[in-house]
Amino acid sequence: MPITVNGRESPTPDDARVSLLDFLRDHLELYGTKKGCNQGACGACTVLVDGERIVSCLALAVQYEGREVTTVEGLADNGALHPLQQAFIDHDGFQCGYCTPGQICSAVAMAEEISRGVPSHVTSDLKAPEIDFDHDELRERMSGNLCRCGAHNGIVDAIAQVYVGGGA
Amino acid sequence: MSGTESRSAVPIVPEGWTPKSGDDPVVRDKHGLIGAQVSRLDGPLKVRGEARFAAEYLMEGMVYAALRYSTIARGHVTALDTAAAEAAPGVVLVMTHRNAPQMQPPPLFLTAPKAAGGSSLPVMQDDSIHWNGEPVAVVLADTQEQADHAATLIEVHYTSSTPRTFEEARQHPRTPDSLVGQPVEVLVGDAEAALADAAQSVDLTYRTPRHNHNAIEPHAVTLGWDGDDLIVHDASQGVKLHAWTYAQAFGLEEDQVHLTSPYVGGGFGGKTLWSHHLLGAAASKLAGRPVRVTLSREGVYRLVGGRTNTEQRVAIGTDDQGRFTALIHTGISAMTPYNALAEQFTFPARHMYATETLKTDQQVVDMDMLANSFMRAPGESVGTFALESAIDELAVELDVDPIELRIRNDPERDPSSGLPFSARNLVQAWRTGAERFAWEERMAPGTRREGEWLVGTGCAAATYPYHRFPGGVARLRLDKTGHATVEVPAADMGMATATTQTIITAERLGLPLERVTVAYGDSAFPGSMLAGGSGQTASISGAVIAAQRALVEQLLALAGDDSPLAGLTADEVGGRDEGLCELADPSRWESYAQIVQRTGRDEVVVVASASDPEEMQAYSMHSTGALFCEVRVNAVTGETRVSRFLGSYDCGRIINPTTAASQFRGGIIMGIGLALMEETEFDERTGRIMNPSLAEYHVPVHMDVPRIDVIWTDIPDPHAPAGARGIGEIGITGVAAAIANAIYNATGRRVRDLPITLDKLL
Repeated sequence: MPITVNGRESPTPDDARVSLLDFLRDHLELYGTKKGCNQGACGACTVLVDGERIVSCLALAVQYEGREVTTVEGLADNGALHPLQQAFIDHDGFQCGYCTPGQICSAVAMAEEISRGVPSHVTSDLKAPEIDFDHDELRERMSGNLCRCGAHNGIVDAIAQVYVGGGA
Repeated sequence: MSGTESRSAVPIVPEGWTPKSGDDPVVRDKHGLIGAQVSRLDGPLKVRGEARFAAEYLMEGMVYAALRYSTIARGHVTALDTAAAEAAPGVVLVMTHRNAPQMQPPPLFLTAPKAAGGSSLPVMQDDSIHWNGEPVAVVLADTQEQADHAATLIEVHYTSSTPRTFEEARQHPRTPDSLVGQPVEVLVGDAEAALADAAQSVDLTYRTPRHNHNAIEPHAVTLGWDGDDLIVHDASQGVKLHAWTYAQAFGLEEDQVHLTSPYVGGGFGGKTLWSHHLLGAAASKLAGRPVRVTLSREGVYRLVGGRTNTEQRVAIGTDDQGRFTALIHTGISAMTPYNALAEQFTFPARHMYATETLKTDQQVVDMDMLANSFMRAPGESVGTFALESAIDELAVELDVDPIELRIRNDPERDPSSGLPFSARNLVQAWRTGAERFAWEERMAPGTRREGEWLVGTGCAAATYPYHRFPGGVARLRLDKTGHATVEVPAADMGMATATTQTIITAERLGLPLERVTVAYGDSAFPGSMLAGGSGQTASISGAVIAAQRALVEQLLALAGDDSPLAGLTADEVGGRDEGLCELADPSRWESYAQIVQRTGRDEVVVVASASDPEEMQAYSMHSTGALFCEVRVNAVTGETRVSRFLGSYDCGRIINPTTAASQFRGGIIMGIGLALMEETEFDERTGRIMNPSLAEYHVPVHMDVPRIDVIWTDIPDPHAPAGARGIGEIGITGVAAAIANAIYNATGRRVRDLPITLDKLL
């Protein structure tokens, strides 16, 4: 079974050692997904698989047969920027831009996790039906995505603007 | 912000103008584009993931490289068995010192204007090993997986001798030749005697550990030979420097190396030329195939030098009014015989405080380690930790507010050189910041507690020098539609260099932003630029000033008698509304497009060199800042959280508040890491870095970063192009001291060795 990446089907690689990250970059030439550490520590390679975020460097491509993968290149809708992509520009949520695709993909799925009621380390009430999308929840849940330029304030503001109307 | 509204004309700088003579007309009035909020121009490309980095270029027939690193620090390779690797699937080449082509050692950074080598050691030319992690083999294969696997199949045997430890080496310190070109020792009067006689004094020792840059993009290079020419897609902070250094190593003419580096995924001083650059080109030459070298994260730690460790003494003596009678800042750092950076941590003490006597001096100890290198604010980052902590300790001794103590000792002239400051408004930054932060609400040490959290506030000064590098050249093209293109071999690792220069150039020429393109990151452009020393904005601006004058002179010469500008000289005109006008009579105006079209040409092109940076000799030029911090220290766990931070800066004119704020915040956040968590763990017994990963070297994450407030005086420096002194590095300076001082205020505990991890507060 093929992997579907941004709506396009591709056969899985013959070499079972190929990570999903290297498959995207070196086989499909989708360089938007970045390699920062290749060991799951930096989040630069975050992509969405069936809507959930994973670090693609710790995934083997062959494990993802039949799954739907969305990369940063797949977020824009017919060329129009995803609202979060625009918000990253508006809030200067990046400098070098290398962690940016991972931050954006991660945030898209993170917002879904909150809306599904998935708790985090800082969730105060695990029995509450809804989780407050506050500043701490947002920062805690994004802490797996490192940014060395120090654009954290802009990233958080961009996410807050799109998913909580700027209130986080 | 299109900037299309009509603005008053910006005069052309006079013939022979330099920043030393002062007052760049582009900031004479505060209006127009400079100071407007502009989103970075490469933003759409970056958020789409379409900005192409060094490891993302394809070359025909390209193979992938994997490196094998030595596991000893000092000794020799005695045996190498590469047969299994050579026989492994997909392997094209195994290169070791036995078959590596001859290369000259890369000229060491600062030893020549375009030298970019982080280390002057020869690269894989013999069996000797100089640091733990030195490459001993390069494998090329058709895929990265094949190369990585084959590299593990190489058998390496060594003879090794024990590496020198810091404690051993410090028995034999040496004085470095210079501190980045400045004298090592500065003496004003007899500071030791004045210290002994002082009414009040402190005499303290501070330590800072090794650090690594950890740009999220690992170093990478994609390259190939075209005959005797070398084509390189690089991640570089100085494209002309890298090209020139490659040429020296391979015996080429400079223009035989064509090197581009349009996007760099973070640099912080680390994206200079290291051994992977030369190994990739050498292996490519041997194999006859283009090569992509992407260092693993561990590989970056093994091959790219970071910040060295320091041990610093700061002693301050005062009279009974708290005025400094003695200021001493000395210390040692680890280094190697193969590099030239002693980490100039004594620089801030030379410029920051008025003192009757002054002594600064540094020594280094040679260790068997990878050459240490430049990392954001080399010297000032860790030097301000010691100096600004000591001043806080002195304030406690004197029972005086630490801000008041600093203001009391703010100098009229540079205390080491005696030169006038080009501009210094630190006292204003202190006062504005203190009010905004509500500094007066500060409580006595260890007296504010909220549940299990001890809360405290602290302050420290920030400082970083102005730099404008010689050799700046700009090519300026003006086409017949009136679109201007600046071509400079600059680098943009995320500082928004291109955006900033687009703003300044548009303002200077009287064009809207969309009529200006700044092209950079290409060794084909004339001159030389370096993204370093926070000096690139000034360096490019200086070159564009010269190019604009040359362009206007040529346009006026070409305009002809039919032009409304006929007969005018460059001194009589200014840029306005997409054209030139007479300053005295702005109705005499003609558009750039009309002027160029009148010549019958498609474009007018000029190349001009910046004036020499004489302003740096005539004035003491430094940016400064006042930092305010609130921390919460957990009384149970010792965990420190930074809960509030304000930076109040005096850096000259801020060109683009949007991206400037990001530069300041980025530096401050790296300073939070410096204060609380960052440390390259170096095993002195083996000379090996033991935490070469982002899992074990901790950098600040989202949860560690509070909202960071930044403000600035925005007072133009009359002796800097565009009035701007540069902002890339000052952000990290002073931060560790502000945090350490806040921790003291919260807990009553003084920590003098970084990072301030929780074990030091239990």
